[in-house]
Amino acid sequence: MSVLDPIVELVRGLWVTLKSIGEKPVTFQYPEEKREVRQRFRGRHVLKRYDNGLEKCIGCSLCAAACPSDAIFVEASENTNEKRFSPGERYASTYEINMLRCIFCGYCEDACPTEAIVLGDNYELSFTDRRSAIYTKEMLLESVPSQAFLTPQKVEPGEFNRSVPEMKDPRD
Amino acid sequence: MISDWTLWLEWFIKSVILIFALLGGFAYLTWYERRALARIQTRIGPNRAGPFGLLQPIADAVKLIFKEELTPAKAYKFVFFLAPILTVVPSIIIAAVIPWGRSINLFGREITLYLADINVGILYFMSIAAISVYGIVLAGWSSNSKYAMLGGLRATAQMISYELSLGIALVPVILLADSMRMIDIVEAQSSAWFVLIQPVGALIFWIATLAEINRAPFDMPEAEQELTAGFHSEYSGMKFALFFMAEYQKMIIVCAIIAIFFFGGYLEPFPSFITNISWLSWLKVDNSPLLGPVYMFIKVVVLLFAMIWVRATWPRIRYDRLMEFGWKILVPLSLVIVFITATGILLAAEFNNNLFLWMIPVASVIVGLIPVAMVYRSLRRISYERA
Repeated sequence: MSVLDPIVELVRGLWVTLKSIGEKPVTFQYPEEKREVRQRFRGRHVLKRYDNGLEKCIGCSLCAAACPSDAIFVEASENTNEKRFSPGERYASTYEINMLRCIFCGYCEDACPTEAIVLGDNYELSFTDRRSAIYTKEMLLESVPSQAFLTPQKVEPGEFNRSVPEMKDPRD
Repeated sequence: MISDWTLWLEWFIKSVILIFALLGGFAYLTWYERRALARIQTRIGPNRAGPFGLLQPIADAVKLIFKEELTPAKAYKFVFFLAPILTVVPSIIIAAVIPWGRSINLFGREITLYLADINVGILYFMSIAAISVYGIVLAGWSSNSKYAMLGGLRATAQMISYELSLGIALVPVILLADSMRMIDIVEAQSSAWFVLIQPVGALIFWIATLAEINRAPFDMPEAEQELTAGFHSEYSGMKFALFFMAEYQKMIIVCAIIAIFFFGGYLEPFPSFITNISWLSWLKVDNSPLLGPVYMFIKVVVLLFAMIWVRATWPRIRYDRLMEFGWKILVPLSLVIVFITATGILLAAEFNNNLFLWMIPVASVIVGLIPVAMVYRSLRRISYERA
């Protein structure tokens, strides 16, 4: 340390800020240019489908039970082979998430026995009134590549009796 | 009588132009500050409204005009209404004495590029600058809110303390120019800017003005982390905009004043060996008087950048240290500076040798290092106590 330090340190501070003018701004021009989210980012929920288009959700309400802020409401109905939404006996006829209550904790994801509900990467969740804060099943459900994959589907009897898929390695 | 009438018209037009220049300057100073601060913080800043965000001030103004104006129920209504006006008016009328150039010939008459040529311009500046503290303390008091009250009181204490060193730091300028007229002060710097002759005085003046206009690192009266917003906590809408306006106009005015007192005002910022080259002689203010305002503008913009730069760099000084710095360092130092300057001028006159004038900066810098050494010692003492 030297006697001039009080001045030198002040000037060094000024030099640091002056240097940073030349640096590239870190700003993202948001609506045009979106930032990649992290792999484990928890955004808006997505209801997944199997490859054949059937919904993974079986309407068991475990997510609603696990939800600490009581944001999820599920109502289940019976599947038939003529109108099949999901494998097994039942499907979610109503599936609503209140985005005003959701805290994006991801417990629903953990509770789901079929891995139907997943917190996706969409973070653009603005709404202008309370009613549009309630996301319905149609809004949450994954889109399908073509009309043929839409639910309900007409299937052969006895093909989709099991609601929870068999695990490849149960000890996993 | 016809000449009287035209004189009035000339004054009127010049005042209107000046006021509009100040209002526009205020609007674009906010833009300038936000852009410059953003660049320093590796951001972009407002760039949505118009090209480079140039319409942002207009959008801000529209927003502020249409915002609801709240008056606290227990406020002293009349004073609450009066305070923003008392803050804004001085910040505009200081501009009257600022010379923006010599004079130009227009429509066959000589038009001076300044509004008022008062022979005690410095006194005018000092007194008007001191008035604006009333607006702030009245705003703080009439809001009937603790934060606003504390902000107003802090502002008063700070302004009174730094007014002293502000005034004393101007004495070397008066001594060197041998006049209190702004024009004379500028013309006296045609050989050397006063910042070269009295660098320590310029630095003291700079620090004191930062405190005077409540800019960082002396923005104690409106420290948003401590006092929510200080004296203007309770103001909203257009009344708040007036405070905002006053602050930014004062920034412009103060930078213009510093440019006049220490950086040669409207004189060309080039040494004479450049302007003596024949094809560059148009750069001289003598040859093209319209360049005066341009040079002034450039100097003000550079000084404003320095203010923004300081704001981006240094943290706010603690209140007791602010007072100690003002009273224990700046005031004695500026008194010594006055003494050194006076001695140098007397010696130069006595021995008829201008070399003695160059003793002033050397002696001032040496004396200026004494408080630095004192600060260093006290810092070291503190670090020993901690260890």
